Amino acid sequence: MKRHLLEAADLDRDDATLVLDTAAQIESALAGREVKKLPTLRGRTVVNLFYEDSTRTRISFELAAKRLSADVINFSAKGSSVSKGESLKDTALTLEAMGSDAIVVRHGASGAPHRLAQWVQGSVVNAGDGTHEHPTQALLDAYTIRQRLGRLDGIRVVVVGDVLHSRVARSNVWLLATLGAEVTLVAPPTLLPVGVGSWPVQVGYDLDAVLPKADVVMMLRVQAERMNASFFPSAREYSRRYGLDGRRMGALPDDAIVMHPGPMNRGMEIAAVVADSARSTIVDQVGNGVSVRMAVLYLLLGGASASE
Amino acid sequence: MSTLIKGARPYGEDAVDILVTGGRIAAVGDELTVPGADVVEAAGLVALPGLVDLHTHLREPGREDAETVETGSRAAALGGYTAVHAMANTDPVADTAGVVEQVWRLGRHAGLVDVVPVGAVTVGLRGERLAELGAMADSAARVRVFSDDGHCVADPALMRRALEYVKALDGVVAQHAEEPRLTVGAQMNEGDRSARLGLTGWPAAAEEAVIARDVLLAGHVGARLHVCHVSTAGSVEILRWAKSRGVQVTAEVTPHHLLLTDECAEGYDPVYKVNPPLRTEADVQALRAGLADGTIDAVATDHAPHAVEDKESEWASARPGMLGLEQALAVVVQTMVEPGLLDWRGVAERMSVAPAAIGRLESHGRPLAVGEPANLLLLDPAHRATVDPAALASRSCNSPYAGRELPGRVVHTFLRGAPTVLDGKAQR
Repeated sequence: MKRHLLEAADLDRDDATLVLDTAAQIESALAGREVKKLPTLRGRTVVNLFYEDSTRTRISFELAAKRLSADVINFSAKGSSVSKGESLKDTALTLEAMGSDAIVVRHGASGAPHRLAQWVQGSVVNAGDGTHEHPTQALLDAYTIRQRLGRLDGIRVVVVGDVLHSRVARSNVWLLATLGAEVTLVAPPTLLPVGVGSWPVQVGYDLDAVLPKADVVMMLRVQAERMNASFFPSAREYSRRYGLDGRRMGALPDDAIVMHPGPMNRGMEIAAVVADSARSTIVDQVGNGVSVRMAVLYLLLGGASASE
Repeated sequence: MSTLIKGARPYGEDAVDILVTGGRIAAVGDELTVPGADVVEAAGLVALPGLVDLHTHLREPGREDAETVETGSRAAALGGYTAVHAMANTDPVADTAGVVEQVWRLGRHAGLVDVVPVGAVTVGLRGERLAELGAMADSAARVRVFSDDGHCVADPALMRRALEYVKALDGVVAQHAEEPRLTVGAQMNEGDRSARLGLTGWPAAAEEAVIARDVLLAGHVGARLHVCHVSTAGSVEILRWAKSRGVQVTAEVTPHHLLLTDECAEGYDPVYKVNPPLRTEADVQALRAGLADGTIDAVATDHAPHAVEDKESEWASARPGMLGLEQALAVVVQTMVEPGLLDWRGVAERMSVAPAAIGRLESHGRPLAVGEPANLLLLDPAHRATVDPAALASRSCNSPYAGRELPGRVVHTFLRGAPTVLDGKAQR
């Protein structure tokens, strides 16, 4: 494993599989235990450096680090680094001087974790950067698919929604391709990036056409504000054409699952009846997120004295 | 005072001696001997007319921490330039006779190159109403090039009026072609790489649409238009079409757009962030071809110094722009001369003669001939060196060529017969 986790595009098949297998081992090691804690990272310090609000991702990383017995510091720094206050570089050097071993960073600017990695000695974990990547989300999604469907090779995954602005979509495209899944992106053309043709995916505009052959449908969050910039005419029209409702769910094969990275807009991209159905893995994804992030921290910080 | 330059090769042709007296070329011939003259050995060096830059950001007044007229002038002289046009986006903006005269005077005081101020087209670069273009033209700075560079004169009616108005001044509007509604939040060329890197795309069409509009307007009103930093293959095609129709349009390309591509954005180092952005390899090839065939008239640096803190940040919050003055000729040698796209006369045409003509500079861009002003440079084309940003004369170090090996070294530069650079060292 490399020193940093900056993007899913960086991971080869062995690296990615190692993370998923490690997460599974951690999960079974903790299963049924009263104290859900491993001593692996005792004495190590993990900093959650969050430039954007993201309660769920921060809590997930915090829990992951604490379950590995690391010391965790949450550093919430909102606003851009240049317009007000301390620069990203100064913040990074300050945290490092205080003895951080890993920095988990969420930032509104694409590539901010890459910059950070050039300035610090410790490990950097990308917890979402701008519209670029969110690699641990893709890892937990892959883990969830493998858990539910038993494999990733040849699995047909349909990703639906605002691909243009989605770091979750980008990470999933690269990771799923690396792991042998077949990815189809479905969105209005306005929400697909120019250049999507160079990605290892199929692209379609018609959700109904692809559902009958999907093993996994991954719904992306769509912000209603996008309609003000004419990405689509109205929330209702978006929902009619690209939302996953009960009728569309009925077109899926029997074993197909429905995923969502959260937070959901119920009634917009996903209907409540779908989100709460047995096909939905949304709650599993949250739980698996902690295991996968434990695996990432464990592998990056070289937990030489393996679990137990 | 006389200087005898021994054994130089004008335009890379046969070696001659060049005698400079009283700021002019007094004699050109074999084995000249002039008692009392300073002798500059130039055996093997290529002599070219002093370079003229149409597009330099000297940052003074306002950002003297990034560059001053003096430090920028020194960088220019070391790059072989004898005249630079100082862009108007200073603080305060160069939109009045007072500011352009101040910049002009600072240039005279530094005395390393002729600093020719560019005047803003609109008050405060705001694109709302015309600045007093006539007052700037009539000032001591004799402004002939007007530009809101950094901003596009996006309003088509205002652009039309500006093009018309400067006809009376023998002026030219130098347009920063960027349709602002198509580049909101744009960070890099829109294409395969922006899609993957998650950086908001700057589409080629945002440049091409404005160039297409403006060549039509310039043709309609019979005015001169100059297009700054052309960066796409489509822009070259539109310019070729406009020229074939007789439109009075000229265009420039930067060294960085001749050499670098959007591949540089990988790694997110903002030293490669620039506006317009680095494009694709196909664009680079089209720009080289356009410069070779004259569709693009000039090389202009868009030298854009930035303080360390404005570049040492996340990509999105970094300022766009990169240094160019000291490496421009080297990049042209690498991208145009060595592949055989331009000979030395072609280099002189694109980097001295044409930009001087566009800027209406009478004493620059002149032939290396008896009686002409002695503005010239001597280049060692065989020299190769790796660029070290810390060693540059510019006050800033945001060079995209850091660590690259480039050919050619400006050994001597003369401004009106006085050496501004000797043996690679600035003389003041």
